[in-house]
Amino acid sequence: MLSRRFKDLSHYRQAEQLGYKLLPMRFSYLDENRYVLSNMVGEYLVLRRDCIEDIVEHRIQVSSTLYDDLKSKHFIYDESSQIAIPLLGLKYRTKLTQASHFTGLHMFVVTLRCDYSCPYCQVSRQTDDKIAYDMSQETADRALDMVFLSPNPAIKIEFQGGETLLNFPLIQYIVEHAEKRNKTHQRDLKFVIATNLSFCTDAILDYCSLHGISISTSLDGPEALHNKNRPRPGKNGHQLVVEGIKRIQRRLGKDCVSALMTSTLDSLSQAREIIDEYVALQLNEIFLRPMSPYGFAVRTGQIDKYNTARWLEFFKEGLAHILELNKNGYPIREIYSTIVLRKMLSPQEPGYVDLRSPAGAAIAGIVYNYDGNVYASDEARMLAEMMDDKFKLGNLHTDSYEAMLSNDELMDAIESSVTVSCPSCTDCAFLPYCGSDPVYHYATQHDVVGNKALSNFCTKNMGIFRHLISLMEDDPVSRNILRHWAS
Amino acid sequence: MLNLHARASSARTQLDLPKPLVAKVTSNHNLPRQLRGLSAFLYEGQCSTLPTGFAAVLFRHGDAAIDPVGANNIELSAEQFYIAEGDVIRIHADLKISVIYRRNASSNALLVTEQCNSFCVMCSQPPKAHDDAYRIDDWIEAIPFIEDCCPELTITGGEPTLAGDKFFELITVIKAQLPRTAIHILTNGRNFKSVRLAQRLSEIRHPDLMLGIPLYSDVASIHNYVVQADGAFDETIAGIINLKRFGQKIELRVVIHAATFKRLPELAEFVARNLQFVDQVSLMGLELMGFARANLDEIWIDPASYQKELAQAVSILSRSRIRVLIFNHQLCVLLPELRKYAVKSISDWKREYMPECEGCIEADRNCGGFFSSAKHRYSKFITPIRAVT
Repeated sequence: MLSRRFKDLSHYRQAEQLGYKLLPMRFSYLDENRYVLSNMVGEYLVLRRDCIEDIVEHRIQVSSTLYDDLKSKHFIYDESSQIAIPLLGLKYRTKLTQASHFTGLHMFVVTLRCDYSCPYCQVSRQTDDKIAYDMSQETADRALDMVFLSPNPAIKIEFQGGETLLNFPLIQYIVEHAEKRNKTHQRDLKFVIATNLSFCTDAILDYCSLHGISISTSLDGPEALHNKNRPRPGKNGHQLVVEGIKRIQRRLGKDCVSALMTSTLDSLSQAREIIDEYVALQLNEIFLRPMSPYGFAVRTGQIDKYNTARWLEFFKEGLAHILELNKNGYPIREIYSTIVLRKMLSPQEPGYVDLRSPAGAAIAGIVYNYDGNVYASDEARMLAEMMDDKFKLGNLHTDSYEAMLSNDELMDAIESSVTVSCPSCTDCAFLPYCGSDPVYHYATQHDVVGNKALSNFCTKNMGIFRHLISLMEDDPVSRNILRHWAS
Repeated sequence: MLNLHARASSARTQLDLPKPLVAKVTSNHNLPRQLRGLSAFLYEGQCSTLPTGFAAVLFRHGDAAIDPVGANNIELSAEQFYIAEGDVIRIHADLKISVIYRRNASSNALLVTEQCNSFCVMCSQPPKAHDDAYRIDDWIEAIPFIEDCCPELTITGGEPTLAGDKFFELITVIKAQLPRTAIHILTNGRNFKSVRLAQRLSEIRHPDLMLGIPLYSDVASIHNYVVQADGAFDETIAGIINLKRFGQKIELRVVIHAATFKRLPELAEFVARNLQFVDQVSLMGLELMGFARANLDEIWIDPASYQKELAQAVSILSRSRIRVLIFNHQLCVLLPELRKYAVKSISDWKREYMPECEGCIEADRNCGGFFSSAKHRYSKFITPIRAVT
């Protein structure tokens, strides 16, 4: 007993006896036995179905641990505290704050020329002797005008191809002019070059070092797989990229290079081998990616060779291997999972362009094509290469920033695809972790919203969300590793 | 433990103290005359005749060989021998000497009021309702006596904001007089539910000020129970958000006891989700003073038995990139992985070690030891940490 001058806990619990009110929440099944209950900012609990019925029917026993958990995570509130609503508001604003920052990722397609001939290429590369497919300095200048018209305090300029290093002089031109302009604009300015590393020289790396440019490359796995997925005259693509990665690690540092993989049918049976290839290169991150339904991937039929369910199996097998590596003392993260986990476990929004709502098209990331055309996303440019200009916002030489960013097609697509108002999404417990991809749904269903029951975007993401939550529920060691990724 | 409010043993000359005398202690007998009226001269045998003009003269031991001059020649009692150059003291007519400021202490506390709008079950400094406005006036008067090399001052209570305008005046005076001194304010934050009050604090533009605000649970009713005030949870959270809106630095302080340890991980999760913007979270052991002693049986829990919850909370917070520190815990009761978060936090004048500490290599080194009040109860799992051989 407390001394006489104090009241005991039950006194302060009295206000809870007056009943509780529900805050916005969504629930979806996790597996046969369990449901995921999430609130509007992505805090979640995994519960049995009858438990969710009890919550909704106001049958949760006051003072029980579940009652306190539901209050703490802002699923319910009662007379003892009114702070839940302002806190939820604060968290919701935090999650959405990036939308107000506007375009941060600016992709410059400096050339369409490429030395590779990948059948899954999402763009339609050109053989490497056609100067007509290079971006000009005039176009680059106009694109830089656009870059600095964006109000975002953090600007990332990403060089895309084709093979970017085939037009390295233009990269230098853009970097130096961006830096010069930034002396007055004072943005947090970063550069990334996406390259297959075929033409990577020490001089280029020294330049990257001097200007703080990081490198993103493609590594699909072991030599045979990589060279089959990514054919190159001379069949030495794998050797070139491996040497390149090592050179960058030595000359620029481990953090300055990252690699991506794209899954073909051949990849699906080699999850462990692919990951082990990354480990052999002492890479600490890998991005397991399915193929995208654009460009040559569609024209060559690559995209139809496996379905999303099969890819998810591959993803899960790969993730299991990655977790095993972590348990055995080698720290390596899967990037997509990391992005999703940050959405699940932190109050911040990681700002990944493809998982945002409102969609990231143009207002998070934008593409300046070699010819001056401006596209709402990398996928929109790929769509245009397939002769569909729906998400072409205009041309740098003829249209103004204002006209391009208030493009009707774009505005309609963004507005109608906001997840909270999309059929299926609006009731989905995983909505806070997901995003809207109007370009994808337009490309696959000719509808920017799309029927989510038929959407591979939805199937893939739901599969990943469920799998990550299950891992965290069922395996304490995996939970710790996954939580660490999110930090 | 040092006694900061002891009575001197005797007066060697008449006392001339129409009101309590605030003075800075000096042992410099050549101090310029103009400054002597604000200083108490500490005689340590450094001169053959006593200098004149000082507001008071302090003797450490009965050195009869030297003749007292002027008024206020005071013989310190043995427990006051720690008083040293640079300290600021207040001498009362009844020979009581309060040591307001100790230059050698790492932090000095300014108790500005004993009034409080909370009534915490484990309060080490139980609130008193009577008017004690004189306290903050005394501090405002004493600040100019403190040397400007002072690293940090802690403003504490009671609830300091209850001093109203004087609270802001004190911070303004400290900023003006001691521009290089950090200020740590221990407040329950409830009054900062007023946006205006938070704004007013920010407008002082103190460059190095942090508010230490207690949050005891993620569940409103449990927090309200601990502080014995309905609505306190909402007010404190609103206060934290308001202060942060105006860019103030915030430390969350969680005292761990029987009513708070169970939901430590949930509280950490709540902070990570809702208050990730705080600058520091301090997880603190109980000090067995005041109400903590009155309610000891109800709130005591052996720190060894909440290590699992503590470790989870630390892991959640540090993963969320929130600086987390553990206060008032002996190293030997903490799980080894938690020891690097432990701070030697107990003020030197309160710090003690127990017989069980005999032979421990960390005692007096990295271990913060015990509050002297721990004699009433402490962990049953105190064991000396031995050198690794």
